[in-house]
Amino acid sequence: MKASTSRRNTLYGILFALPWIIGFLAFTAYPILASLYYSFTEYVGIGTPKWIGSGNYNALFHDELFWTSLYNTLYYVGLAVPIGFVVGLGLALLLNIDLKEIGIYRTLVYLPYVLPAVAVSFIWLWMLNPYYGLLNLFLGTVFHIQGPGWFSDPKWAKPAFVMLAQWGAGGSAVIFLSSIKDVPRELLESAEIDGAGWWTKFSKIIIPMISPVILYHIITALFGGFQIFTTAYIATNGGPANSTLFYVLYLYRNAFQYSKMGYASAMAWILFVLVLIITLIIFRTSARWVFYRGGGE
Amino acid sequence: MNVRWFMSRIVSRIVLLLIGIIFLVPIFWMFTTSIKDMSQIMSYPPVWWPNPPKWHNYIEAVHYIPFGQYTLNTVIICAGNIIGVLISCPLVAYSISKIKWRGRDFLFMLILSTILIPFPVIMIPVFIVFSKLGWINTFRPLIIPAFFGGGAFNIFLLRQFFLTIPEELSDAARIDGASEFGIYSRIMLPLVKPILIVISLFTFLGAWNDFMGPLIYLQNEAKYTLALGLQMYRSTNYVEWPLLMAAATIVVVPTIVAFYFTQNTIVESVTLTGLKG
Repeated sequence: MKASTSRRNTLYGILFALPWIIGFLAFTAYPILASLYYSFTEYVGIGTPKWIGSGNYNALFHDELFWTSLYNTLYYVGLAVPIGFVVGLGLALLLNIDLKEIGIYRTLVYLPYVLPAVAVSFIWLWMLNPYYGLLNLFLGTVFHIQGPGWFSDPKWAKPAFVMLAQWGAGGSAVIFLSSIKDVPRELLESAEIDGAGWWTKFSKIIIPMISPVILYHIITALFGGFQIFTTAYIATNGGPANSTLFYVLYLYRNAFQYSKMGYASAMAWILFVLVLIITLIIFRTSARWVFYRGGGE
Repeated sequence: MNVRWFMSRIVSRIVLLLIGIIFLVPIFWMFTTSIKDMSQIMSYPPVWWPNPPKWHNYIEAVHYIPFGQYTLNTVIICAGNIIGVLISCPLVAYSISKIKWRGRDFLFMLILSTILIPFPVIMIPVFIVFSKLGWINTFRPLIIPAFFGGGAFNIFLLRQFFLTIPEELSDAARIDGASEFGIYSRIMLPLVKPILIVISLFTFLGAWNDFMGPLIYLQNEAKYTLALGLQMYRSTNYVEWPLLMAAATIVVVPTIVAFYFTQNTIVESVTLTGLKG
């Protein structure tokens, strides 16, 4: 009886998961291995891939645009992830204030996060227009500052993308907010009785209590940052002077505009290994700063 | 209560009001640009509300590109994705939460780990497979994968909901002779209906907003989605800003409507998933 139940359960377990398993094999497992193979070949997408060993990787090492795109992306990630964390958490703390009309502010802050990236890119391309954009008009009228060229200035284009990303910070703010709301009241109240100020409460109670969410946020933000594509494709298409030629944008060009599928696959694998190493490092250090409630880690 | 408390509430109201305005202004600016004429968008000081508003921009915008066709294309892709996700996602979530079998924890970890795979790593071989099947310039590459997966986050969300349903329910049905699929479809699915609605809305937003997928697979202009079509208001050295912003406003409205229906549920579902550890 028992053995047959367990066999029956295994059968049903696999049957119910079957669509996902097929999808995983066809659209995830196979492509990962195939792209690893392609990365060692010269391949235009049709015909047979020609094995060239480490040829693509050697060529990438000497490809100036590859290094430019890597630098641009690291620059972007290095700014957008920490700033996004501070903005998201700051918004969450503000939206946690007990006010009658707080729901309206939550809605306003969260709304831009759900808008299509293409529309967002065009909105900001227009907002940041050097001559007629609202931001530069505002800077000129109120502060008498000549605003920069933003997307048309190699110095300001990357910061402009960092700024654009903050408009979507409502997404992470909502996740932070719900975890802050989950911090046990008694903890905060007893700390208050002991005379703790808001900074102590924030750094000694709230941060440790929500640290698993912080870990989740940092990892997803890193992945999102490394894969910045749509906004860059629309707003600058890599320009000016390749200052916003981000990694995936250059990869996309190699694959679908220059038909260098092998070369692009090598780029994809370098990206994969890079983000995996960074994720692994973060997970390793997380044991020190991430606090899991309910005993075991 | 006291002066300090009163002051802090006023300060937080002012800060929140400013932040609310900052987040709202770009949307407002999009809309107000959409009803201006070319001279008004370049005037200084900026025109907040054009007089008279040029509503005709909206009519011009939907005739500037095959707007109706692109809307239909986008709706087909969205509907296909929602149906696919609603079929495949609860099945696998049920398998890893309600059926006790040996491999389920491993499968759950496998599902979660797919989040850590960057899209570019799988994009090229999948494109090559689809082009060998002759699926380029069809909606199939943008719809069919949804029937075989459904997104790790959606599965995770559903699993957490299934876990909250007491075992006694399915045990009782089992004693009454219900089949496993009967329990799943007649007892479990109706219980998770609210979360299925949330997942549908997420899927709608994902498909409606998707740009890179259509960009790769749809090269024939007749097959474009709205996200791709928005680029057509721009030529090499000229942008039809009012028309583009009118089109963007139309494209944005359904996402705002979807957002309106999800906003409370999103917060609740995040709470329920136990993301907080």
